[in-house]
Amino acid sequence: MNFGLTEEQEVLRTVARRFVDERAPMSVVRGIMESPGAFDESLWASIADLGWPGLIVAEEYGGAGLGWVDLVVLLEETGRGLLPAPLISTSLAATAISEFGSDDQKTRFLPSLANGSAIGTLAVLEGSDVLGAKGVALPGVSTDGGYRLNGTKRFVHDAGPASLFIVPFLANATISLAIVESTAGGVTSASRRTMDETKSMGDVTFEDVLVSSGSVLPSGGEPALNRLLDLAAVAVTAEMVGAMDRDLEITTQYAKDRIQFDQPIGRYQGVKHPLAEMYVDLETSRSLMYYAAWCATGAPDDLPRAAARAKAFAGEAFMRIGIDGVQLHGAIGFTAEYDIQLYLKRSKWASIAYGDTDYHYQRVATLGGY
Amino acid sequence: MDFDLTPEEEAFRDEVRAFVGQHLSPEARKDPNFLATWLRAVREKRWVGFNWPAEYGGGGGGIMEQVILKEEMSRAGAPPLGTSMMGLQWVGPALIEYGTEEQKRKFLPDILDSKYQWCTGYSEPGSGSDLASLQCRAVRDGDEYVVNGQKIWTSGASFSKWIILLTRTDFGVANKHDGITCLLVEMDSPGIEVRPIKNMAGSSHFAEVFFEDVRVPVENRLGEEGKGWAVTVSALAHERSGISEVAGLISQLAQVVALAKRTQKNGRPASEDPGIRRRLAKADTIIEGMRLNGQRSLTKQLKGEKLSSETSINKLHRAFLAIELGDLALAIVGSASQYTEKMGEADDDLGGWVSGALGWPAVVIGGGTPNIQRNIIAERILGLPKD
Repeated sequence: MNFGLTEEQEVLRTVARRFVDERAPMSVVRGIMESPGAFDESLWASIADLGWPGLIVAEEYGGAGLGWVDLVVLLEETGRGLLPAPLISTSLAATAISEFGSDDQKTRFLPSLANGSAIGTLAVLEGSDVLGAKGVALPGVSTDGGYRLNGTKRFVHDAGPASLFIVPFLANATISLAIVESTAGGVTSASRRTMDETKSMGDVTFEDVLVSSGSVLPSGGEPALNRLLDLAAVAVTAEMVGAMDRDLEITTQYAKDRIQFDQPIGRYQGVKHPLAEMYVDLETSRSLMYYAAWCATGAPDDLPRAAARAKAFAGEAFMRIGIDGVQLHGAIGFTAEYDIQLYLKRSKWASIAYGDTDYHYQRVATLGGY
Repeated sequence: MDFDLTPEEEAFRDEVRAFVGQHLSPEARKDPNFLATWLRAVREKRWVGFNWPAEYGGGGGGIMEQVILKEEMSRAGAPPLGTSMMGLQWVGPALIEYGTEEQKRKFLPDILDSKYQWCTGYSEPGSGSDLASLQCRAVRDGDEYVVNGQKIWTSGASFSKWIILLTRTDFGVANKHDGITCLLVEMDSPGIEVRPIKNMAGSSHFAEVFFEDVRVPVENRLGEEGKGWAVTVSALAHERSGISEVAGLISQLAQVVALAKRTQKNGRPASEDPGIRRRLAKADTIIEGMRLNGQRSLTKQLKGEKLSSETSINKLHRAFLAIELGDLALAIVGSASQYTEKMGEADDDLGGWVSGALGWPAVVIGGGTPNIQRNIIAERILGLPKD
């Protein structure tokens, strides 16, 4: 039993923190927020130079061949800095192809995802906003050698910059996962303005899009979709943990510096106790999240429950931490100029992404046989 | 990161499982001498005081095996490994760290054999959360201390043979944590009076204890004179690790789930009510969070690092669950929860849920209130100024 990180993982954390601090400080993040799609090509190129898009891609396909525990170490750091980059999305698309794709598909798509020249994402949700198999209604009509897709995927992360979509669709009452490139005829995607401007989202429309049978993931049925959604929940939770950590750090520092009634406000229990609660929630979220990441390969049967617990708990915790972070700052926290508000906005995005707390607690109850 | 057990650890777990399978079978439990047989059997295994040094009768076991033992015992719904609860939890560890050779030889075997009960004389009427402000006075007189003062909230005082007592031997200190001395006192010493206090759940586990010119031999001092605070701190830190509580919480939650499944609410089992399900899932998740927090602490201990105040995290979760699981049971049972007497065979043990819903202060307040835990986290971990 060892609930600790390896030396290599500690090094990855140090490198990642330094990169985020130096290459993408808040001034840079704020610049990227101005552009719709929250995407900056030169930043993404720097990230690709570090090999992060291919962190969990096998070495034979040009990746670093690391695992989910390594990835969440990195995502904690990108979450801390609210780094705007399609890192989670690309990792999930690469996971879909790695775990459920054919050798041909791996050879064709993984190297470009790993080196950052391609950006991938999952395009799962539709107008119903129902997460999982029940929400997949996009029809795939059988044609010679494949399917034709007509419909819209909504709330797709990084829809604007993405060049490759993993698209669940319904044909003959079964779910399949298609690899659809943004350049395919009939695909249109557009970034939308988002509440959290560091996160990119948009809708993707498919108009008579031809998906050859060679572009359908051979093992990509409903269980594959479920596993990808569990891993997505873990990835978002990892960024939440990083963001909560930074939110607590900023707010604690403010409580030490800010003087009212001749005292640092952090001396008052009305300020001190909410900060302590933030710490309790943060560390418990972190424990739940790391165990879920370990389950990805260490105990795959336990992943659904572990992911649901982590996302449910951290989602609720971050919502409160986001609010308390602003509230403990007082009026200054409400200004656009102060960074703490960006963490509040991130909490609103991340708590909903890949299932909110209510959704995941209902899953915890069901999976527990309650 | 690896959550699997080593082959040696698995072998130990299997040994414990086989043992409890044999000694806790339904047939074994029917035996009128079941408890005595059980206590003797675990004692022979040296599983009582499993991590205490072998030379004093303990098991000399490692941290990981200790956790496995506790988990398996809780999972099997095993009776405690001894009946001297305070002795095993608080007094023994403090004796091992601060006791003289004579004290260890005198007290540790008796605690392991559960020969008698211990109680802890810490809180006073004027010193609760601010424990270090205590005023119970001990004055040296030759080879004895003479104790005068009062303790309160002393659990088990009326049936304990010994008390581990915090006294003040120096009133002139600048820092109130100095000048405190820890004494081990026999409860039948002349000058001690115990007055039980009835709690809101209806029982009288705690009491006031009065000391009037009670004479205590100097050899019964634990640790140095004036250094008693360190003894307390070590004992409290021991109590906050919380790992062993998780298996117990899992079985408590399972009881509430079973209650929800067999109780009708709005024409369907309460377990199908989304509000109830969400509360069950949240309790489940916090228990799992405690388990994993405990494993993170355990990893630190296994690496030889000292545990610090992070154990306050699980103490706060424990406080939440102590209240929530009781209240959740009341929400499931509904109006019938208000009857405190069992209404017949068909009914659940309603009185049990009531004591669950009212018994939480022992867990939530004992060993430091939630607000004290928050102070500890804010000041020692986050580095906020002391208030």
